[in-house]
Amino acid sequence: MPEPTTTESDRREVGAVETLARDDVERKKFLRMTGRKIGAGAAGAGLAAFIAACGSSKSSSSSPSAAGASSTPAAGAATTSMAGSSAGTDPSDLSIVNYALTLEYLESQFYAKVAKSGLFDGKTLSVLKSFGAQEAEHVTALHKVASGLGTPATEPVGKFPIHSAAQVTALAGTVENLGAAAYLGQAGNIKSKEILAAALAIHTIEARHAATLNTLLKKSPTPQGPFAKPMSMAQVLAVVKPFIA
Amino acid sequence: MNRSDIASPELGAVEVHGISRASFILRGAVAAGAVYGAGAVGPYVSSALAQSASSDVDILNFALTLEYLETDFYNAKGTAVALSAEAKTLARSFGDEEAEHVAALTKAITAAGGKPVAKPKFAFPVTDQASFLKLAYVLENTGVGAYNGAGPSIMDKQYLAVAGSIVQVEARHAAAIALLVDQPIAPNGAFDKPLTKAQVLAKAGPLIKS
Repeated sequence: MPEPTTTESDRREVGAVETLARDDVERKKFLRMTGRKIGAGAAGAGLAAFIAACGSSKSSSSSPSAAGASSTPAAGAATTSMAGSSAGTDPSDLSIVNYALTLEYLESQFYAKVAKSGLFDGKTLSVLKSFGAQEAEHVTALHKVASGLGTPATEPVGKFPIHSAAQVTALAGTVENLGAAAYLGQAGNIKSKEILAAALAIHTIEARHAATLNTLLKKSPTPQGPFAKPMSMAQVLAVVKPFIA
Repeated sequence: MNRSDIASPELGAVEVHGISRASFILRGAVAAGAVYGAGAVGPYVSSALAQSASSDVDILNFALTLEYLETDFYNAKGTAVALSAEAKTLARSFGDEEAEHVAALTKAITAAGGKPVAKPKFAFPVTDQASFLKLAYVLENTGVGAYNGAGPSIMDKQYLAVAGSIVQVEARHAAAIALLVDQPIAPNGAFDKPLTKAQVLAKAGPLIKS
């Protein structure tokens, strides 16, 4: 399939995401349908509250998360953005979108650092840059969707070790495989069909990134075999926490 | 997923790809009928109009047809043409994975009380490694578009989970093949494009011989 031209195809492909973000009539209609309260976003409850929420939410797995206070208020806010729901309820669409947005912010920051690191050149650098550009587009789109639902997550401060090409490639693989599993983990929780369509459209991009990095690392593009495994918010948080300053 | 959301008139009026959701579902049901025979979708056509609801079994059977196609492609053509070691490994591994998809979808359809479609006969215009990998790229990308297009219409969360788990693997396949043939890893850019059933059939239809 040929690469699409930028403008027209971007409009076409963003599709459901754009419809939600731009069209006031559609947004109001959609909000009415879902009965979602506007502005019912994350309360500043911190890491401990987030873990409690994930633990009691139907969407989380049975695996326990590490308890403990967040190291900085920013980390607490970032991880709370990733939860956003009150204890004992399924996550709202806003909290799921903010969760995805937080992950995309981190991915985008990571790739920006990688591009500036001077560790890569040629084809590999160009692939990593293109992945970073795609994550940045995900940030833009999810931020717009979140803004339409309530308060979007604030950008977290990521911290990524960048030492060598091999180490960075491995870290990129970890991040992308995690991203794919994170989206898969939330698909069943999303109530809006339009937001689900947008999430599916991003999920498979993360999968493409993951498979590419696995291949660069001389690993299987499908390390989990024929069926990809979802990860819960709690599981993803456990992996991501060290990368939030 | 809340069934009353699906039945609501407002949802039916929401535009999907420029056509109303109700007629989008209806067109999908009619297109599926063209593949499986009108009887398979007869009861669902009127319910599509009444509830804007499409049958999960129809969607799973559509996916099953595509998975049969991919399995046959990798197994039959993967051994019929001369392939490099790398391409051969990919063909074998991906063929095994598509076969697992066939098994899982067949099981899901049966568990849902539906009848899995019979395996069609296929014909693939492939003569060498280049044409093999080119078609593999098209098929995997079409699969991604098909699952992403159908996903929001799936009513049962179990089946959505299965579809999601499978589509991620199809996207991984597509990227791996892209690297082999130096084609775009993400041919639609930052957002994968959902395909309608008609768009999927335009790609896959010509390969189905029975």
